[in-house]
Amino acid sequence: MPGNYIPILVFLVLAFAFPVVALSLAALVRPSAQSGERLTPYECGIQPVSDSRGRYTVRFYIIAMLFVIFDVETVFLYPWAVQYKALKVFGLVEMLVFLAILLVGYVWLYKKGALEWV
Amino acid sequence: MLDQFFFYIFASVILLGGLLTITRRSAVHSAIFLIATLLGIAGLFLHLQAEFLAGVQVILYVGGIMVLFLFVIMLVNLDQAARQRQFNRQWWLALLAAAAVCGEALYGLYRGRGAFTFPGAVPGNMPPNTQAVGNALYQNYMLPFEVASIMLLVAMVGAVVMAKKRL
Repeated sequence: MPGNYIPILVFLVLAFAFPVVALSLAALVRPSAQSGERLTPYECGIQPVSDSRGRYTVRFYIIAMLFVIFDVETVFLYPWAVQYKALKVFGLVEMLVFLAILLVGYVWLYKKGALEWV
Repeated sequence: MLDQFFFYIFASVILLGGLLTITRRSAVHSAIFLIATLLGIAGLFLHLQAEFLAGVQVILYVGGIMVLFLFVIMLVNLDQAARQRQFNRQWWLALLAAAAVCGEALYGLYRGRGAFTFPGAVPGNMPPNTQAVGNALYQNYMLPFEVASIMLLVAMVGAVVMAKKRL
């Protein structure tokens, strides 16, 4: 069974090795100019007026939180899908009840306008 | 042998990630090292042949919870916090207390070291992990599963009520 994961291992090793190799190779050949001039905009650029890392609106957070909740719901679907044939109609009804309860929440969200942007 | 090799790899990823998470000055860097830690835990689950848990770890923690963390980092202005001193004057006392607890735990683990063995490969006939979870969840634990949906509903409503200004 662990043999199944060798491709993932290879993938992970490559994914970590690639930026390390690319960045260190680039560091070998590029000129290193660490002056303040380098960090300024080009001569015709607009001077920045404030920090680019401002605060974001809380609406993003609502969406993210709802995403996590539906993510949990999705996780429950995986073992159900794997055992779908063995569980027969019982499993289907069970999952429909589960989804119906969450659908109530979704309809509530929709009615309350929690998903609307403005 | 190979088992131990992978265990130590994952364990060191977890420990190193955890240490870097609490010592970085930038909150985003901390979050990235926390992701490394959580991926290491997923690897450990995989190593224990809990494949479903490993998948859930990646989907939920790395994919979901970390998104929330990053959004919180973006919501609050952490520039001020990044410029402040990271440790207060009691850090050595905290270190001492942590070391004492660590020593106790290590002593307990050392006394009971005989009980720790790698499970090793179970010879044949073990149903795949996800199937076993599916059987348990949808047959034996049907009611808790349905209750979980109500819990999710409560979480959904709670999130909106707290974060939305006007309902």
